[in-house]
Amino acid sequence: MSKQNSLRPSATFPLDVLAEIHRAADQGIYEIRGFGTKRSLPNFDDLLFLGASMSRYPLEGYREKCATNVTLGTRFAKKPIELNIPITIAGMSFGALGAHAKEAIGRAATQMGTSTTTGDGGMTEEERQSSKTLVYQVLPSRYGLNPDDLRRADALEVVVGQGAKPGGGGMLLGQKITERVAEMRDLPEGIDQRSACRHPDWTGPDDLEIKIQELREITDWQIPIYIKIGAARVSYDVALSVKAGADVIVLDGMQGGTAATQDVFIEQVGIPTLPALRMAVDALRELGMHRKVQLIVSGGIRTGADIAKALAMGADAVSIGSATMVAMGCNKPVFIEDYQSLGTEPGYCHHCHTGRCPVGITTQDPELEARLMPEMGARLLRNYLTTLTLEVQTLARACGKSHVLNLEPEDMVALTIEAAAMAGIPLAGTNWIPGA
Amino acid sequence: MKIFDLAQDSVRTRNQGLHDSPEGKWLVSHPDGRHCIAAGLDAAVDVDIEGHVGYYCAGMNKHASITISGSAGPGVAENMMSGTVRVKGNVSHCAGASGHGGLLIVEGDASARCGISMKGTDIVVAGSVGHMSAFMAQTGRLVVCGDAGDFLGDSIYEAIIYVAGEVGELGADCVEKEMTAEHRQSLTDLLSASGVDANPDNFRRYGSARKLYNFNIDHASDY
Repeated sequence: MSKQNSLRPSATFPLDVLAEIHRAADQGIYEIRGFGTKRSLPNFDDLLFLGASMSRYPLEGYREKCATNVTLGTRFAKKPIELNIPITIAGMSFGALGAHAKEAIGRAATQMGTSTTTGDGGMTEEERQSSKTLVYQVLPSRYGLNPDDLRRADALEVVVGQGAKPGGGGMLLGQKITERVAEMRDLPEGIDQRSACRHPDWTGPDDLEIKIQELREITDWQIPIYIKIGAARVSYDVALSVKAGADVIVLDGMQGGTAATQDVFIEQVGIPTLPALRMAVDALRELGMHRKVQLIVSGGIRTGADIAKALAMGADAVSIGSATMVAMGCNKPVFIEDYQSLGTEPGYCHHCHTGRCPVGITTQDPELEARLMPEMGARLLRNYLTTLTLEVQTLARACGKSHVLNLEPEDMVALTIEAAAMAGIPLAGTNWIPGA
Repeated sequence: MKIFDLAQDSVRTRNQGLHDSPEGKWLVSHPDGRHCIAAGLDAAVDVDIEGHVGYYCAGMNKHASITISGSAGPGVAENMMSGTVRVKGNVSHCAGASGHGGLLIVEGDASARCGISMKGTDIVVAGSVGHMSAFMAQTGRLVVCGDAGDFLGDSIYEAIIYVAGEVGELGADCVEKEMTAEHRQSLTDLLSASGVDANPDNFRRYGSARKLYNFNIDHASDY
């Protein structure tokens, strides 16, 4: 056998598959990690804007107004949410994130006139104080859930699922269950905490409708109630969320992040954000509820272009989680030895679950957390949000829109057949939408 | 005493009244299975409900003493923080779910998942409880004077379960534990506070084996 043949790789067992089998055999447990899916998926990069032309009239890029404000929760709530930008901050728990990161997010969101969201573990005082507009999650675990926080929230978000793991509950490994985290969650310190995947007191959409009625009674029908779903059977889930009485639907595609989940769950469950968004908008339109029940989409939103495309497809706003952390320093090439001590390098790190975050975001360790002071984190995130907003406005003006919510599917084409079919946008150079 | 007649007024109107003027004694008549009655109370008021209630009655109760002279639908006293809720009839599933404090007394039987995800509340059931009761219960005490259905205490954390009657199959990581003098006294006090007549000597105690707290390959078959 030639040397070339003796080094021939196997397509069935490439190096990463071999390594995973060896790891599984050594450890006897699935890999648990953070961040989100690493596989290549059809995404917003597969769409392009057409821009203005003979039949479309552009706006001056630096002068003419292009509004970005959005109102969420207009269906039932007496006090809908008014945001300056259509970019919200996704739910991330205190526990998964340290207190500095949560405070930084709150400060930046407040400075930009947008909302931030609690997570599995309840509401911290730092978070409430730093966030002008705070969405309070009602999760299956109900950790730290209490009526006082319900009443001081600006909106509630009933979490049914998460894009990174539709059908799965939260996970926080023992090394992150410090005394404060344990106390907030009524759990012993140091245990591997696995949150429930089902709510404890309702089991289907009919029950959820009554559950939402209860939450409205407790908050005297003042604040909006969101329902967050992980992208899976989107058409049904959106229709049932409308039936259950949602003011706002938060749709999280499979590119959504997680602090700790089984790798097999992250990579093998759910559908990408692109088709999920199209299915959700179709379902709302079919019910005559598009723009009446607002739609927030999340899962792999990184750039102003992603946001503009999501709005053009029919979303009312987007939500960002992973990109929020990246803006604050996640995977930045600093403290490189600390990345290496985790067995990784900047640019590849997904070790949120370890609690040893080199840049002080997903950690409860005081020394590591000191690397992200709230003021600096807020400044980085504010800069990022400002850039995103400018990018969305740039694209909207190029398409002749005086409000970013005026972007529409007609402004775009798809680069691939897959994206055309999934997004319901014609393939560039054709009028063809596969499957339409 | 103020009287709310739900045959005349909506739950919304009456709950708003209870939230706005939380003082004294209140009588709620003709509940007729309506949902969310007396949800979100936040004051030391006494509320008597004359009849059966639907879902989430007394949900997230704080400080109030609520008596239901009838049976209750799913999620009665869910996520209670403090106060007392007494149900003179039977209760449907998920009674006292995720409660943080206070005392729920069920004079009849409770259906499945009673005390699910409880976080410090106390529940005393004079009758029996259905399957999966105290599922993922974190802290607090569940007292069952009758029988307990299958999978009692599945995935339980530090909550304590006392059962006087028969117990079906125990849930994952739930085991019978020694009934110490300290536990007997704690149970005696709780029974006394609830007004339920039962002999503490007849009870057995159940809790977590703590084998699932951190992953151990040798316990993988228990998951």
